[in-house]
Amino acid sequence: MHLLDIRNLKTHFYTLEGVVKAVDDVSFTVDEGEAVGLAGESGSGKSTVALSVMRLIKPPGKVVSGQILYKGEDLLGKRIAQFDDVRWKEISMIFQGAMNALNPVYTVGNQIVEAITHHEGTSSTEAWKTAERLLGLVGIDSSRAHSFPHEFSGGMRQRAMIAMALALNPSLVIADEPTTALDVIVERQILDLIADLKRKLGLSILLITHDLSVISELCSKAVIFYAGQIAELSPVAAMLKEPLHPYTRGLLDAFLRIDGEKEKLRPIAGNPPSLLNPPSGCRFHPRCPYAKGICSTEQPKLTDVGGRLVACHLFTGAS
Amino acid sequence: MSKANVTRRQRVRSTLQNASAFLKTFRRSKMGVLGLAIIVFFIALALLAGPLAPYPPKLMGAGQPFEVPSAEHWLGTDDVGEDLYSQLLYGTRVSLMVGFVAAFMSTIIGTMVGLISGYFGGKLDEFFMRVIDVLIIIPGIPLMLLLAAYLGPSIWNIIFILVFFGWTTIGRVVRSQTLALRELPFIESARASGAGDMRIMFTDLMPNLVGIIVPQAILSIVGAILGEAGLSFLGLGDPTNQSWGLMLYYAESYGAFLRSAWWWIIPPGLCITLVGIGFTFVGYALNDIFNPRLRRRGA
Repeated sequence: MHLLDIRNLKTHFYTLEGVVKAVDDVSFTVDEGEAVGLAGESGSGKSTVALSVMRLIKPPGKVVSGQILYKGEDLLGKRIAQFDDVRWKEISMIFQGAMNALNPVYTVGNQIVEAITHHEGTSSTEAWKTAERLLGLVGIDSSRAHSFPHEFSGGMRQRAMIAMALALNPSLVIADEPTTALDVIVERQILDLIADLKRKLGLSILLITHDLSVISELCSKAVIFYAGQIAELSPVAAMLKEPLHPYTRGLLDAFLRIDGEKEKLRPIAGNPPSLLNPPSGCRFHPRCPYAKGICSTEQPKLTDVGGRLVACHLFTGAS
Repeated sequence: MSKANVTRRQRVRSTLQNASAFLKTFRRSKMGVLGLAIIVFFIALALLAGPLAPYPPKLMGAGQPFEVPSAEHWLGTDDVGEDLYSQLLYGTRVSLMVGFVAAFMSTIIGTMVGLISGYFGGKLDEFFMRVIDVLIIIPGIPLMLLLAAYLGPSIWNIIFILVFFGWTTIGRVVRSQTLALRELPFIESARASGAGDMRIMFTDLMPNLVGIIVPQAILSIVGAILGEAGLSFLGLGDPTNQSWGLMLYYAESYGAFLRSAWWWIIPPGLCITLVGIGFTFVGYALNDIFNPRLRRRGA
């Protein structure tokens, strides 16, 4: 059994201009102790997946269909009150800490304590001890528990966010762009910290990012999102070595490799499509250098190519 | 010494540090200190009205009618020989009490409406905002007069009227700030960790609003005191609880202006002005501290 098993998830936003299919028939799994990376451009629907799992989709958005199985139980079928047993205790979330993810009027320790006492009814003295231990775990001196968020640097705030996510000992942590807005050195430290915690605590991680290098650091499996759908789902090493989907290829071509030969970066031509009115057939075909006739008429299905899944007519055998 | 005690002591210490930092900043504002001094002075007058007043405020014939200020009657007497200094002292009580109570209630109602409106949005928000629009658009004074005349002279009716019209400003300010705050990631994060609507509104949003609520509340005390004075001056005050405004009404009705009995007119007028200035100064000073982006150098 998978720890998290997302099946045919569809999350749509009913806006005045029409229905935005932010997540359109997406399935993937996260296993115990596994780190899965969800990558894609802005607006490709990757964060919407995370919010759907946490049941944070607000109107006009709605999870239209599909299942989100956690340890075999469908989270979407649960009532909100039942969902409280899962929320933060089983699945927690690391927000972008550099921004306003901590409440400016409470001390950092206080916010962690609140999260603990709210769910577990432990005494505040106990909770303070836990909070200080957690801060120590993420590399913040426990005396800083009494500092306010504005007294922390961006990296420390991100560490505090991680401590908060770990407050209730979850099995799965969803990290939504945990290193965005941090400088590269701090980014490195935070990624090391997450990798370290994953190993120490046996966490499963669902990492959401637009940065493939972050995924290559941390994850064993990558899910490449394009326009609300999965373009490619593959072990990270294989994907980096030999990307299958033209979009993945494009993404990797748009990256500098520190050890590679000197070459020009090749950006992907065009812009991400509007999800209000996505292109017919394969959603990538208007930007795809390999597009052929069938690509604009028929949507490619995810096809197994040597244990990897890819949605592209180059591999479906159609001509 | 156990670890827990250390922690608690640390927390107490950091609270004290914050308080003293606040005082230091406040002391730097001359305007604020002056305002506070004025307010403290008048509150002391109000509290000590009993022992300070040489005569009962409504004792006719405490002196001759229209006596000029003297050692006997510091502020002279009115048309029936009542001691005006004593009246002024007791009037302080009424004026301040009305101001505080009305501003307090306006603040509570305004904050609730603003929070609910801004947080939930939608039809509820639409409804409250239209109510506020109506209350702001219709000319206040005539309607206040109407209400006051209809409800009859009582201090509680005056407070009701002042609150009825007074909560709108705070309501709007709190709503707009809530609209901005509720989109911030820490609210999303609170929701993700399982906080309900009530918890988000009162433990997560509310403390972030204190900085705009407190100065606004202090400024609304001025509005309430002036409002009360206005209503009372127009003869709609409560005769059993004579405020400064009502003193002016009597002065006007019983010929103080004709007889140029300045000692009956100037002191209550001056008191109203001074108290108004005091609260305004403190309000502005607090605003400078709580909203430092607006803070000016040397203010």
